[in-house]
Amino acid sequence: MSILLDRDSRVIVQGITGRMARLHTKDMVQYGTNVVGGVVPGKGGETVEGVPVFDTVKQAVEATGADASLVFVPPPFAADSIMEAADAGIRYCVCITDGIPAQDMIRVKRYMYRYPKDKRMVLTGPNCAGTISPGKALLGIMPGHIYLPGNVGIIGRSGTLGYEAAAQLKERGIGVSTSVGIGGDPINGSSFRDILERFEQDEDTEVIAMIGEIGGPQEAEAAEYIRDHVTKPVVAYVAGLTAPKGRTMGHAGAIISAFGESASEKVEILTAAGVTVAENPAVIGETIARVMGKAA
Amino acid sequence: MDIHEYQAKELLSKFGVETPSGALAYSPEQAAYRARELGGDKWIVKAQVHAGGRGKAGGVKLCNSESEIHAACDDMFGRKLVTHQTGPEGKGIYRVYVESAVPIDREIYLGFVLDRSSQRVMIVASSEGGMEIEEISAERPDSIVRSIVEPAVGLQEFQAREIAFKLGLEPKLTQHMVRTLQGCYAAFSELDATMVEINPLVITGDDRVLALDAKMSFDDNALFRRPQIAELRDKSQEDPRESRAADRGLSYVGLDGNIGCIVNGAGLAMATMDTIKLAGGEPANFLDIGGGASPERVAKAFRLVLSDDNVQAVLVNIFAGINRCDWVAEGVVQALRELEIDLPVIVRLAGTNVEEGQKILAKSGLPIIRATTLMEAAERAVGAWRNDLTQNTKMRAV
Repeated sequence: MSILLDRDSRVIVQGITGRMARLHTKDMVQYGTNVVGGVVPGKGGETVEGVPVFDTVKQAVEATGADASLVFVPPPFAADSIMEAADAGIRYCVCITDGIPAQDMIRVKRYMYRYPKDKRMVLTGPNCAGTISPGKALLGIMPGHIYLPGNVGIIGRSGTLGYEAAAQLKERGIGVSTSVGIGGDPINGSSFRDILERFEQDEDTEVIAMIGEIGGPQEAEAAEYIRDHVTKPVVAYVAGLTAPKGRTMGHAGAIISAFGESASEKVEILTAAGVTVAENPAVIGETIARVMGKAA
Repeated sequence: MDIHEYQAKELLSKFGVETPSGALAYSPEQAAYRARELGGDKWIVKAQVHAGGRGKAGGVKLCNSESEIHAACDDMFGRKLVTHQTGPEGKGIYRVYVESAVPIDREIYLGFVLDRSSQRVMIVASSEGGMEIEEISAERPDSIVRSIVEPAVGLQEFQAREIAFKLGLEPKLTQHMVRTLQGCYAAFSELDATMVEINPLVITGDDRVLALDAKMSFDDNALFRRPQIAELRDKSQEDPRESRAADRGLSYVGLDGNIGCIVNGAGLAMATMDTIKLAGGEPANFLDIGGGASPERVAKAFRLVLSDDNVQAVLVNIFAGINRCDWVAEGVVQALRELEIDLPVIVRLAGTNVEEGQKILAKSGLPIIRATTLMEAAERAVGAWRNDLTQNTKMRAV
């Protein structure tokens, strides 16, 4: 088992004709992901990387039975594409796009509430590296070879820092059930808490690793949820101990603007909830190994 | 992106928010002339800088005559205003706003923010205007009223009325307050703001509701569709290195340390800074060169980091995912050759084709200090910086 994504997921790529989208479609297919089509309005009938392109997501879903989508659409049009996926019956959508206006994301979140919870699409991102269930499928832009299949569930706001953690695990022979990028934007599709809930229920996940950073309330909300509902061990790292207050650190959402949003406050809140916090990014793998009971 | 008070007032007044009459000036003479145009016998002269806390720092002065306006402006123009929000370097005063003084009955705090918990716009109001919101939360938390706006329909009148009543406004002022709140919300949503703050919003002796101060910030990601907002950018209020970086598509934040950082990815960049601190050093900057890390971007990044005179060592940390380490290594070598850097440079590569990358660095003949792990890289950077420091001290001693 894994969460959100596995071998059976039928994937479409929205914006598949772009240069980066083509490149990553190729990588995903090579990894073994079942990519069944692409969507670009006005380019229906073309073929990219051996898969058919459709004008609308509805047509793609009807023709291919797609249930997952990767959004590679430029910022001005990305929110619209996410809503189109939600409306066409896509179950899981990853949005890679960095730079979507915050108010567009507010509209997306509001729009998704028109569907009852059991019919509502799950969105992760935007501004993320994607999701991978190692050995099964890849829905994103991460390098597949740094992940071994295994039992650690990873949730992270940052792309390359997530790679760093995965590489440290691989070095120790520790594998990953699923790694989910929730992205660096202030308004995102899924929070730490949303994904924690899934990992808690996933049989193949033994330990959950959270990679957070400064800014926003989602680490603190996760801490509360872990304290009350999570039985599996959780390891966390929070980036930005040296980040000054009130400055945006690369990610639009990485800014300390309220109490509880600095790295040290988050570490304190997570520790109090029973989470094992890795003190620095160099020991994320080591800390997870220790928690799993394997010698570091 | 931040804008000036006078710009925020101009925008908000288009949405029905009332403000005292005022005018902008670029010199003491112009300020006095503006005051004469406005009429009356009491004016406020306000330094236009992108920071709060201007009053306490001497950036807001009440003047009773043209000569007082002259004196106030002479003191302000050309100087750096240092407030608790600017940092010790302060922000330059190049424009002042001259405003007619108004008789104040009550001061209210009003803020509109992007609330990340509810993922909606939240209104924060308090009857204790004039104090900063942090002070209000600490001293009078009971005075704070919060209301969340439903994005599909916008701010409803009943919500605005509720806020007015909770603030204890007299019933005859309710309609004024509703207009002000709805105006602010409309400006917020129609202009892609991330923050609107009116502190204080005042009730005057003659029952007007006026924005005495106004602050607005905008979503950088939405500027592409708000050209009239993008035009309001004032580079004189930004750190020159940060503006230069932004113009080149790099994300840079200057800090006080002396180990320069070049990293791909925002999270990894923060993690690298944290590791330097842990190893006993201080990072000179945050710099995310993006996931791609092409040779051109690496060269640009070196130029930017080295424009900070405090930098005494440079740490490059690249995790090659999409790209390859050998390609990144070529970029580093090329940049070092072109720029003739004589500071210690520490390079840590990880990910795809790491061995080939290391080989390229080793073969270049350049004095690059290599590291394999993040911790090792930080320790070597701190070590190199300390060595460099002792050598320089020795040289000076000789």
